[in-house]
Amino acid sequence: MIRLSNLSKRYPGGFDALRGVSFEVDSGEMVFITGHSGAGKSTLLKILTLIEHASGGQVVVNSRNVARLPRRDIPHFRREIGVVFQDNKLLHDRTVFDNVALPLIVAGVSHQEIARRTRAALDKVGLLGKERMYPVTLSGGEQQRVGIARAVVNKPALLLADEPTGNLDADMADQITDLFHDFNRHGVCVLIATHDLRQIQRLRKRVIGLKDGQLVVDSGNQAA
Amino acid sequence: MRNYLLRHLQVFFYSLGEMARAPFAAFMTIAVIGISLALPAALYTLLANVQRAGGGWSQGARISLFLDLGTPRVTAENLAVQIRAMPGVASVRYISPAAALGEFKRLSGFGNTLDLLDSNPLPAVLVVHPADHAARARAVRALADALGRLPGVKLAQFDLEWVRRLDAILRLAQRGVVILAGLLGIAVLLVVGNTIRLAILSRRPEIEVIKLIGGTDRFIRRPFLYTGLFQGLFGGILAWILVTLSLALLASPVRDLAGLYGSGFTLTGLGPRAGLVLLLGGAGLGWAGSRLAVSRHLRDIEPG
Repeated sequence: MIRLSNLSKRYPGGFDALRGVSFEVDSGEMVFITGHSGAGKSTLLKILTLIEHASGGQVVVNSRNVARLPRRDIPHFRREIGVVFQDNKLLHDRTVFDNVALPLIVAGVSHQEIARRTRAALDKVGLLGKERMYPVTLSGGEQQRVGIARAVVNKPALLLADEPTGNLDADMADQITDLFHDFNRHGVCVLIATHDLRQIQRLRKRVIGLKDGQLVVDSGNQAA
Repeated sequence: MRNYLLRHLQVFFYSLGEMARAPFAAFMTIAVIGISLALPAALYTLLANVQRAGGGWSQGARISLFLDLGTPRVTAENLAVQIRAMPGVASVRYISPAAALGEFKRLSGFGNTLDLLDSNPLPAVLVVHPADHAARARAVRALADALGRLPGVKLAQFDLEWVRRLDAILRLAQRGVVILAGLLGIAVLLVVGNTIRLAILSRRPEIEVIKLIGGTDRFIRRPFLYTGLFQGLFGGILAWILVTLSLALLASPVRDLAGLYGSGFTLTGLGPRAGLVLLLGGAGLGWAGSRLAVSRHLRDIEPG
């Protein structure tokens, strides 16, 4: 699903965010990427979603060579990946339903299909009753679940999450992580960047540790 | 295909809805566009009217033959027959001294004063219409010279010069209108471009999110293009209304003025064809202005 070889990223100004990182993730795996702030977790996810471009090395996602992807193909590439952000990036002037439906609208899915799949995604995260509400009226955990519903409504094979539990208390964080675990059990490859050790210990999945842009720990496939 | 049309239809109504949600801002933009378009459209309409008024006279790029005083009617009509047979002559009309006096009375306003004259001072007139006047002004002038030399003709008056001067002035004015329309068209382009630029900037977070979840540039720019199109179209409609209102205000003074010249001339409006050009032009300029802004600014917004 993901193959990185000797990936490096140097920002303008000479800061090396990633230095020679290599690892592979199979489809259906669930992986935690961990490390302190500035270790390169976010940069790694940004490269996987083509928000940033790698300075060196190879990135293959979904059997597509990311570095050689022409600009016009980027949108279609992103549709195959679900992304959950720490700040959830919801649109606050739209209802929960409209937020979750957005990837389907963007992809040109038919009307009835949008309604059906959006409800299904909201049902999965337990927010079916709140589809007409606006994000600001929801709690932090609920907002994050809206973000997750939006990430999975397209049924992507790969789900990326950047600090999804960073702003939540332990209880909420557990629920969110369990949600990811549930998607993984249904065959979705899940990659979570987090420094929430509690979640990592709870699930006992593969852990990849970064430090100063280098790979320092890889517990290997299916450590559990 | 059906889905594609449906999506366009959605954006169509969405963009209208966006404008309705901020009616004041939308109206400001539309008003600026409307006034910018109304100016050249109004000038064009006035020019077309002047041309029409002038056209009434230039039809008669005609030669008036004033006959010797006291020429009997029979002689005059014989002369008319003779002229009618000449090459380059379309028609000849005889105006008797009495008819000429009657017309003069009617038009000059001297009316009863003229009754005081004991004899008619006016000569008989033959009005000659050349076959094709405009194309061969020189030929017409030669014809006028030939007619002036005919026996019994005192004076051949040929009044094409002023028609040509009027035509030249109108052509100049037309060129002016074209230049003005070009400049104001650019103004419309920039106004729409700037409005759309602000709209893009104010929706930056939304655009970023849409790009993140796989929205194509095409998808993102579509509502902006529709908004620009609508602003231009509504500006065009407003311009049409403004021109029509202005003409309505001018109609009665123009009728008075035309009356003073003894003419039944009335102003004509923009007409459906010119109106359509105005609407399509407005919509096109709006779309192009929006397109400019979109291609310039959407690329800059990348999630990060």
